[in-house]
Amino acid sequence: MSSITTRDTPRGFSFAEYMTCLAGIVWREGLRFLHQRERFVSALVRPLVWLFIFAAGFRQVLGISIIPPYETYILYEVYIAPGLMAMIQLFNGMQSSLSMVYDREMGNMRTLLVSPLPRGFLLFCKLLAGTAVSLLQVYAFLLIAWFWDITPPSQGYLTVLPALILSGLMLGSLGMLISSGIKQLENFAGVMNFVIFPMFFASSALYPLWRVQEGSPYLYYLCEANPFTHAVELIRFALYGQINWISLAVVASCTIVFMIGAIWAYDPSRGLARRGPAGGEG
Amino acid sequence: MTSPAPISDPREVPRLDPAAVPALSIDGVSHAYGPRRALIDVSFNVQPASFTALLGLNGAGKSTLFSLITRLFGIQSGGVSIFGHDISKSPGEALRLLGVVFQPRTLDLDLSLTQNLLYHAALHGISRREAATRSAELLNRIGLSDRAGSKVRDLSGGQMRRLEIARALLHRPRLLLLDEPTVGLDVKARADIISQVRQLVTEQGIGVLWATHLFDEIMPSDDLVVLHQGKVLAQGPMSRVVTEAGAQDVNTAFMRLTGAQTMPGGGA
Repeated sequence: MSSITTRDTPRGFSFAEYMTCLAGIVWREGLRFLHQRERFVSALVRPLVWLFIFAAGFRQVLGISIIPPYETYILYEVYIAPGLMAMIQLFNGMQSSLSMVYDREMGNMRTLLVSPLPRGFLLFCKLLAGTAVSLLQVYAFLLIAWFWDITPPSQGYLTVLPALILSGLMLGSLGMLISSGIKQLENFAGVMNFVIFPMFFASSALYPLWRVQEGSPYLYYLCEANPFTHAVELIRFALYGQINWISLAVVASCTIVFMIGAIWAYDPSRGLARRGPAGGEG
Repeated sequence: MTSPAPISDPREVPRLDPAAVPALSIDGVSHAYGPRRALIDVSFNVQPASFTALLGLNGAGKSTLFSLITRLFGIQSGGVSIFGHDISKSPGEALRLLGVVFQPRTLDLDLSLTQNLLYHAALHGISRREAATRSAELLNRIGLSDRAGSKVRDLSGGQMRRLEIARALLHRPRLLLLDEPTVGLDVKARADIISQVRQLVTEQGIGVLWATHLFDEIMPSDDLVVLHQGKVLAQGPMSRVVTEAGAQDVNTAFMRLTGAQTMPGGGA
């Protein structure tokens, strides 16, 4: 039996409806984040451990020469601060995708996906919401770091914002792309090991790449190809009011590629469909 | 507590000729997970202002069907329309007319009742002010106004279900899907929810598709679709299905219908 068209004409969605939806998703993500205090604390403790302990220990081992965007000799703590900011976002991106896997298993994801608004838009809102949460974490970190004598120029706190939004979106969409391929929550720990650690260590977060090049040219090329390196450099330059154009280009293109990939993977006729029923019986 | 009042806005009753456009039309839908076929050429309609019971054992394919209607999975073959809007071609228009209560709980346990409702309203693009009014109204009608600010975690199972139904009605859909909504509830809570949903049908003209494996939830006046191992074995008004199966009640009818089917590989 085929159905007959109704007299209703499709009315589409107004800009205000899109904005209401976006605001709602960001608001809910924010509320959830505030309810999970331990998540906030651990998101802060992680980079602070690196800053207070690791960096203090390494200060004498690694000398940093004057490299852009820095104009003077800097302490190692100052060098790794942008890397740690990006690390916060990396963990946050992976964590919000972890929560997507969890939501999918628990059924919460369905609430989002039965919204009549286009699914690509819903996922984009979800990414923006995750990024907004990561901004809260990064600025909290910057505040504490300020007391630790990591004092970028005051306008840097503003100029770094667009860089953080872009890198947050890139890492969030990477997480989302990965989450679409994960069947179960348990598989996630492996992904953390295979994604977070290699990305973090094979980057310019902890050591300048010219130092890496002296040690191993191959590792240097790997680091250069790592999008995380460019997220770190984008943030580093932006924090000092400068733009690293290559990093900007790399981060922007990776964001687009990962985001399209994630939206593609969450298309009902593809990714999710192959996986069998979520949560319920078969 | 008295049985909950109907929880939708009477002004929103659609003015459509019920015979012209089914609320839900499932047309030759098949679905497979790899080699396992979950649905085989399933076709049936749900009319506006009707209560259609989708009866099947666990594993019959009910949840798969719900996932297809709600666009969680893509449709492999066949078609699904909601008030004439094809779910694949114009999902936005179709989903706008659809309210769903899934079998697993899908509330944010750490958020309050109101926060859960406001989030859902936002997902439908309903402005904050309008959403606040509707939420307060709905909470009042399901008798949970005094709990508006509590965390959902502190509600009983029956209260959570009532909240989920209220949430599904927040955007004033004309078709409501419920996937085994009374599972795990006590007798009183079950009766409350059933009467609440039946009132929506009679008073608001909402078309309801109610998936269940509990025979006593179905009334003789309901439409019935019997789903077994992914196939529709019988459909029509319950009284007719029972008569045609040569049975006295829906229980026996179901046993006869499904008993006649030997298992052709793949258990239920």
